[in-house]
Amino acid sequence: MNNLGYLFAAYTIIFIAIFLYAGFIWRRQARLEEDLRNIERKLKDVRDEIAAHNGRDVRSASS
Amino acid sequence: MSAKTARLMGLLTLALMIAALFMVFVYVPTEADQGIVQRIFYFHVPCAWVAFAAFALVAIAGIFYLWLGQQIWDDLAYAAAETGMVFCTLVLITGSIWAKPIWGAWWTWDSRLTTTLILWLLYGGYLLLRAMADDTSQVARFAAVVGIIAAADVPVIVVSVRLWRTIHPAVLVTRQGGHGLEDPRMVATLLVSMAAFTALFGWLLMLRFALLRARWRLECAARELGLAAAAAGDLR
Repeated sequence: MNNLGYLFAAYTIIFIAIFLYAGFIWRRQARLEEDLRNIERKLKDVRDEIAAHNGRDVRSASS
Repeated sequence: MSAKTARLMGLLTLALMIAALFMVFVYVPTEADQGIVQRIFYFHVPCAWVAFAAFALVAIAGIFYLWLGQQIWDDLAYAAAETGMVFCTLVLITGSIWAKPIWGAWWTWDSRLTTTLILWLLYGGYLLLRAMADDTSQVARFAAVVGIIAAADVPVIVVSVRLWRTIHPAVLVTRQGGHGLEDPRMVATLLVSMAAFTALFGWLLMLRFALLRARWRLECAARELGLAAAAAGDLR
């Protein structure tokens, strides 16, 4: 019985599905890490702003 | 999970997958009755094994989430459900492709096929619930319950070929007991394929789990940013 086409189709579908899923995860991971870096940068800016403001308050209180 | 661990796991998966492909297409003898198409078996069965293991993991992680209420268990359940769904879909597709030349039909309402389709629909519902609803603890609790109940179908699928009249072969544990693989090379090939798919599942699960953890960190950071921005606004 020669059913090479069915065999080829089954293995091709398995590998295409696995590569697509792995690719989907890698792409989402890269986008999420970029978002995380942006938020951490913004958080640092806000913290710096608060720290600078607190520093000004301390200086004006002492003078 | 470090990037190095993920890379190592990926390399191990690749090595095992190459070994499995070599054994399937070069090493193992062709089955006498079904011919070359029987070689689908060496990837079809490991896909089923991995799907069942994934759904069992969903149930275990769901129990731990309901018990401890920690986000990490919900993330693990979600990652396992999604990865399991990929393999469950592949089981149905490869089974259908194998059925066509052997049974003469792409699909038949046989007990094992039907119970596997029910499993696919149950976890499809689980993933739809996760995708459509907000990420609240209430949804996570509801999803955990659905995940646990749906996993009860796994043992039903396993014993279905012995419980009901079916045309699906019982190869791993035959109806008479023992296994139905006549050549030791077939057993070796199946074991290597199982190891390759287990490693593949572990690798994909690690990646998906890391992604969900990163998303959780992102949400925490966004919340913290909102609080800090509000505090900075008060100061201005």
